Amino acid sequence: MTLELFLQHMVNGISLGSLYALIAIGYTMVYGILRLINFAHGDLIMIAAYIAFYSVAIFSIPWYLSFIIAVLFTMALGIMIERSAYKPLRSSPRITVLISAIGVSFLLQNLGIVIFGGRPKPFQVPELFSKVYEIAGVNIVSITFFIPIITIVLLLGLIYLINKTKVGMAMRAVAKDYDTSSLMGIDVNKIISTTFGVGSGLAAVGGVMWSMKFPQLIPFMGVIPGLKCFIAAVVGGIGNITGAVIGGFLLGLGEILLVAFLPELSGYRDAFAFILLILILLLKPTGIMGEKIAEKV
Amino acid sequence: MMFRKRNALILLVTFLILSLIVAGCGGNKKEEPKKEDTETSEVIKIGVFEPMTNANAAGGAMEVEGIQLANDLYPEVLGKKIKLVIADNKSDKVEAANAVTRLVEKEKVVAIIGSWGSSFSMAAGPIVKENKIPAVAASATNPLVTKGNDYYFRVCFIDPFQGKVMANYAFNQIGAKKAAIIKEVSNDYAVGLAKFFSDEFVKLTGDPKSIVANVDYQTNDQEFSAQLQAAAQANPDVIFAPGNFTESALIIKQAREQGIDIPIIGGDTWEAPEFLQIGGEAVEGAVFSTFFTSEVPITKESEKFLAEYRKKYNEEPSSVAALGYDAYLVIRAAIEKAGSTDPVKIRDEIAKTKDFVGAAGIITLDENGDAVKSAVIKKVENGKFVYQATVEPSK
Amino acid sequence: MSKKVITSLILILITITLLIIAQNNLDSFSLRILNLCGIYVIFAVSMNLINGFTGQLALGHAGFIAVGAYSYSLLVMDPQLKEMNFFLKPLIAPLNTVHWPFLPALILAGLMAALAGFLVGAPALRLRGDYLAIATLGFGEIIRIIFTNTQSITNGSLGLKGIPAPDKFLFFSMKNSLMWWVWIAAIITVIFHFLLIDSSYGRAFKAIREDEKAAQAMGIALFKHKVMAMVISSFFAGIGGALLASLIGTIDPLMFRFLLTFNILLIVVVGGMGSISGSIISAISITILMEVLRALDQGFMGLPALPGLRMVVFALLLMSVVLFYPKGLMGNEELSWNKLMNLLKKPLLLKEVKK
Repeated sequence: MTLELFLQHMVNGISLGSLYALIAIGYTMVYGILRLINFAHGDLIMIAAYIAFYSVAIFSIPWYLSFIIAVLFTMALGIMIERSAYKPLRSSPRITVLISAIGVSFLLQNLGIVIFGGRPKPFQVPELFSKVYEIAGVNIVSITFFIPIITIVLLLGLIYLINKTKVGMAMRAVAKDYDTSSLMGIDVNKIISTTFGVGSGLAAVGGVMWSMKFPQLIPFMGVIPGLKCFIAAVVGGIGNITGAVIGGFLLGLGEILLVAFLPELSGYRDAFAFILLILILLLKPTGIMGEKIAEKV
Repeated sequence: MMFRKRNALILLVTFLILSLIVAGCGGNKKEEPKKEDTETSEVIKIGVFEPMTNANAAGGAMEVEGIQLANDLYPEVLGKKIKLVIADNKSDKVEAANAVTRLVEKEKVVAIIGSWGSSFSMAAGPIVKENKIPAVAASATNPLVTKGNDYYFRVCFIDPFQGKVMANYAFNQIGAKKAAIIKEVSNDYAVGLAKFFSDEFVKLTGDPKSIVANVDYQTNDQEFSAQLQAAAQANPDVIFAPGNFTESALIIKQAREQGIDIPIIGGDTWEAPEFLQIGGEAVEGAVFSTFFTSEVPITKESEKFLAEYRKKYNEEPSSVAALGYDAYLVIRAAIEKAGSTDPVKIRDEIAKTKDFVGAAGIITLDENGDAVKSAVIKKVENGKFVYQATVEPSK
Repeated sequence: MSKKVITSLILILITITLLIIAQNNLDSFSLRILNLCGIYVIFAVSMNLINGFTGQLALGHAGFIAVGAYSYSLLVMDPQLKEMNFFLKPLIAPLNTVHWPFLPALILAGLMAALAGFLVGAPALRLRGDYLAIATLGFGEIIRIIFTNTQSITNGSLGLKGIPAPDKFLFFSMKNSLMWWVWIAAIITVIFHFLLIDSSYGRAFKAIREDEKAAQAMGIALFKHKVMAMVISSFFAGIGGALLASLIGTIDPLMFRFLLTFNILLIVVVGGMGSISGSIISAISITILMEVLRALDQGFMGLPALPGLRMVVFALLLMSVVLFYPKGLMGNEELSWNKLMNLLKKPLLLKEVKK
């Protein structure tokens, strides 16, 4: 393998990994605070992408406005989902909530088919993000530069939000113990809604970025990113935001390098994520960055 | 302990009650067809089972458009109205089998059209065979669909022929000596086509090593850069990439972004407007084989189909729409010739189909029930599918 | 005790009579749904064992079903049929020449799935809760991806076609012998699970579900019991898979996506985690409901045909069950005469009950 080719693979891996990382952050944040695997996260990605698509296609507004609309709408939807599908089950066994999450995911996908139709829609990528640059024999699409920057900005913003603000402190308190924090005067419902709002907003940003890199919208487009980014979050140590970023990069690079070095195994590429997941879970069940936490009962 | 044992018994009772309910429901429903018998004397039902939801909804929708157009234009046979009964197979085999059983049992259809996706047609195979109801697939190209099944037919050519056509194109028109394959490994169609292409390509070049790379991806994948680089690294003259148009458009787009400018060719599934919209400039020059072209109408029926399709749907028809249209016409003609709605007689007439003038070419069915017909090669030029050549089947 | 045995024999006889009635009166569409109901009963009851009774959230069921379906199909298909199926890449020896009768193939299918269950369970069951869920989900998907890629064993994505259904039930030639196999297997599954749950093993399973630490303190070998539940559960999943392959007649890896696991999980949850009778009721009603809802996609009562509407309604129905009956229809209790009677008496004796 030439150096050039290797660099190209690395660029592709980092580009994919940063996208996984971006989406994994949202997953891990919701899980870290609520201990809930939000299966609908991937479908929020899909909804955000469609909203951005339709607001440009129907109202022909500039793309940056459409992105803002998509993020706001998805946040509202996320909060609505929490209120209607998760909140009533807060005292139920965890598996019931998990089923409810799967139900929401089912519902969003099939509503997607009814409303948007099953045929794929082409996402219009602004010039700014679709230019191809050649640097030292390596081809890079400009979106590749933007995604890691956005990921890092969001990562820092989130760390600030959780560690330095009042809301963040309340979030951490809720994560430790619902009941005690409500006794301490924290409005638990409001904090959980906020968490979901922020988490869904992150899903929306991820969705818009995803469709700029892979400009094709179908109602099932959220399933694979949802699953893989969840794996990335677990690998990094679910609940740990920095871990999610590390997990995302590890997964992205791993997938690309597997095919790069062993092309005959390319058919197993999608299994790589699961194998990585299982290995990590068996070797270090809490993930790379995860700390040992007592299981919540 | 005793109490628990009794629970087991009670459970059995529940079983019984439930089976009774099922039996009861079934019994009631059984009378429905009898009531409808009077209706069937005025209406002839043709069942359509297609993926209307889930992964393959796009293909199913296009095929149904063609079938419905045919029904609009030719609504009657033997002085009776033809009613289409459309069932969704949800892009799922179990559902496909259920849907077809339903069409046969409950709706009492005399013939069946479908389905987009060979695997769904294969799930329906044993059911139509057992119930002696003829089925005509519009665009299912896997040889196994009709093999060993006297009641399954199709109006399209099969994959071995298509693989040959593209291998010949790569060898003769592009002048390729080495080819790489990127296939959708979880798609039976793509796996079959890739195999037939390689066999023919190796035969043409006389070099067993002429397939220099063979990489796979899964349905619904969106990132292909590693596979593309692995294929490009082997320096092929052409990349054959059979698969669904949704993934294929992204593959070609990513190839161009990665600076890979080797020609990429594929199969009939690429012919969809979304392939052009998603691929944009990147898919310029992509070549594939298909059933039908709207530019050079093959038959008189093609002209009629084109005019009416454009009028009804306000867009250019896809190949599968034309094939759906043809499947309907073949069945209708068979009913007419049989002079009866007896499915077995209709089956015999379908099997005899020879030189039938359809919208997507002239159809002659061989002993397997497969159409022997010409293939069309198209290329993307200026954001449009442009007709290149017609390839006749070798006798 | 002997009275109970007699009663259960009578009940089995009645079931058989009813099945005979069903066989003679139902059209093949209803029979098909009836068979599907039986298969889903096997799936749901077996999944309930590991998820509901043992409390281990395992989501690999689709993978075990796939192992069962493929093992069965490769054993019962005759060599000629195999040659036709494997037209791209020949099947490896000795699989290409084996041709087994139905029952041994069915049992081996179950055993293969049990083996897979052991191989997955041994590492995965060291994990708990959500982690176990994700790991088993991952294993299920890996099984499917392996089946897609090993073309010379499974025929890859081309799938297998023409899988024969049994033409005999034991030694009797029956008009619809598959129905007999399916429902006898379902009944055996149910009885087996009832006996198992009542045994000391079953009590150990339930102890693990309620409190692992306490169970361990009581001297229950946690890991051994968890793996045992997993192996038994996957054995029956494999049997169900074999019957499914035989009912549909064709299989391919895409049938065994995690969507299948979720469908079964939903059945289990709707019926009640830890209730065998709940699983049975919900497996039968959901399977039938899915067919009834098909009318939605075709447009009815003046509504235009909207593809996908059926699944939306289905998802909404499930959501409402989960939201309003979080414990499912039956909770973790079983249907019993007393309860049924109480239910019937309730309107009459409302006052007394209140006291």
